[in-house]
Formats: sequence, structure tokens, C-alpha cells
Amino acid sequence: MKTCLVVDDSRVIRKVARRILEDMGFEIAEAADGMEALAWCRAAMPDAVLLDWNMPVMNGIDFLRHLRQEPGGDRPTVVFCTVESDVAHIREALEAGADEYIMKPFDGDIIASKLAEVGLA
Amino acid sequence: MNIEDRVLVAELCAARAGLKIDPEKTYFLESRLAPVARREGFVSIVDMVDALRNRSEERLVWAVVEALAAGETAFFRDREPFRLFRDVVLPTLAKRVESRPIRVWSAACGSGQEVYSLAIEVDEHRAQLGGAKIELFASDLSERALEKAQSGLFTQFEVQRGLPIRRLVAHFEKVDEMWAIAPKIRQMVRWRRVNLVSEFSGGAQFDVIFCRHVLGSLIEPMQVRVIENLARALAPDGFLFLSEGEAPTGFAKALTPVAGAPGLFVRNPAWRAAAA
Repeated sequence: MKTCLVVDDSRVIRKVARRILEDMGFEIAEAADGMEALAWCRAAMPDAVLLDWNMPVMNGIDFLRHLRQEPGGDRPTVVFCTVESDVAHIREALEAGADEYIMKPFDGDIIASKLAEVGLA
Repeated sequence: MNIEDRVLVAELCAARAGLKIDPEKTYFLESRLAPVARREGFVSIVDMVDALRNRSEERLVWAVVEALAAGETAFFRDREPFRLFRDVVLPTLAKRVESRPIRVWSAACGSGQEVYSLAIEVDEHRAQLGGAKIELFASDLSERALEKAQSGLFTQFEVQRGLPIRRLVAHFEKVDEMWAIAPKIRQMVRWRRVNLVSEFSGGAQFDVIFCRHVLGSLIEPMQVRVIENLARALAPDGFLFLSEGEAPTGFAKALTPVAGAPGLFVRNPAWRAAAA
């Protein structure tokens, strides 16, 4: 079973994303900020990360830059999932090593479409 | 809407555009027709249907038919047909000895996602096409759909269906809350209103026709008519893309499926002789 780490400071968003991804056959772990997510990744690298941008403690883009420096940190497929929807943010995410990018609000079809783009669905 | 109203609307759609509308689908009919009734200044859908019954004004009839014709759509829908277009069909056509342009038609283009996906493939792979000139055409039954498609403006929701993020940033620009396709891509396409069940000739021959997720929405006799219309519009060495499993049983006279490429057809040479 593929694993997906859902990183978002909103419990509601994590719950919605968990339900969608579990229906698609993923095993889910959750983190509420980038620091927590990094701890998860050091313990067990997930196959995919669904990543919010704006979070306390460590934001999504900083997490991603740290992750890509970690041993094995180039492996997870990282999909941003954020309200930031301007081209500058999207380019910054791609340059930092994101594989796909979802602009909130999202639904199951969008997640499925985006994961299909990166070969995970 | 009572059952008489719903049957009247369904019959109108079948007669004008060959559409298969289930009169039992009350919610579908009402959710599609409510905005039309509002726009046309009726108090309710029932008032609008009464007007259709009593003095069926052409403009109103078409407003109703068009509203019920629109289907689901997405960029690069089903993916594989676009890969075949790029990796197999275009290179094959580009190697032809004649120097005439390759003409590609997106039939029933809706809000334009399909034809713009084709335009993006062409734009990204021009270098491999040896200078072949490619002309893109798109048609729909609905003037409103054509207007929206031509604007090249899509909602955030629409650009997240089937469009990889790198292609979004490469080919679109954000304009307020909408995403505008690059003028370079938009200007590659020519638009025209076409009702696929009517006679449409003009002698235009297309090397590639995309007509996907259309036949399934038509009543059966019209499916065969549309197939024959498309086959007539197809160049003798052209390619027709239908949706997988969508070809009606009567297609065999006009078309031959391409082995290993579900949904892809070429013209049957025997049928061409008979039709000529």
C-alpha cells in the first residue's frame, strides 16, 4: 500500500484529504506543520506528500527544501495543496522540487487528476 | 416540470440535435434549464416550456437544446488519445509527401479544453514535425459554448482538471480569478458552429477529427448519421478519434479501427468508393 503524508495546519482539511486519499487506496499519516512532517519523513519516507504552504512553525516551502536535502528525500512525490494561486508561488514551488500543485479549494476529482499526472493514481 | 414538459423538451432535443435526453431525469433537466429561463426573462421553467409549446421561437428552442447538450469536459481528457495524436498520428501525417497543411478538427468542442490540449501538443512538439503546417478547427452546436471557448478563459476549477501544473504555468496567465490561455495558443484555433447531425459539407477534408464523448449522448439513428458525416469529412488517409467503446454498431461500413489503439479509426477504403 502506498503511503501519503498529509501536511496541513487545518484539522478539517486533513480529514477531508484523508478521506479522499484513503478511498484511492493510500495509507495516511498526518502532520500539522513542516517540522512535524520532517520528523515523520526522517522516521519513514512516505511515497507521497500532500503539502499546505502557510503553516506555523515551519511552512510548506521550507519543509520541501529541507526534505529534498534529506537522505532519500528526493523520493517522495510532493503535491502542494494551498490557497496560494499566483504564478510566482507555483514557480517557486516547482523550483524547490514540488511535483504537482493544487490550488484550494479542491475536490476528489482534482486530487485524482493531479495524482494521475505524477503516476500515483 | 411535469412529465409532459419533460417529454416535450426531450423530443425537441432529439429532433434538433439528435440528443438522447432521459425525461425521467428531472433534476438534470431543471438544473440545466433554470439558468436559461432566468436569462430569457421567464418567471419559471414551466413558463418557458409553455412558450416553447405555443410559439416555438427558434432562438428559444436552441437556447434550450444547447443548455442540455453540454457535457463534461477536461483538458487532455483520457490522456492516451493525446499521446497517440502527438507520437503516432502527427508524425505519420507530417511525413506525407504533399506539402498541404495538416487539418485537425475538434468536433463538439464544448468550452474548448480538447482543442486547446491539441494546440498545446502541437506547440510543444513543433520541432519534431519537420516544419509541417498544422491548422486547428473547433466546432460546437452551442454559440455560448463557442464564445466561452474562444475567450480562452478558464476557472481555477477547470484548469485543475487534466492539466499538469507545468503546462498551466507554461501556457496560461492568471487574470484576476481566471486563467487565460496564451494568445499564441488561442490564435491557433478557428471556430465555427456546426450541428453534427445536419448536413455539413463545404467539401472541407480533415486529416484528424476528434469527436469524443459525443456519440454516447445521441439517439441511435443519429449516431450512425454522425459517423457517416464525420467519415465524409475525413481525408482518405485521415484519422478519427472516438471515445473508447463509443463506436455504434453501424460504423463498420465507413470506418476501420486501428489495431492496438482503442477509439482510433481510419476510413474504410471500400466505403469511400461507395460514397464518392
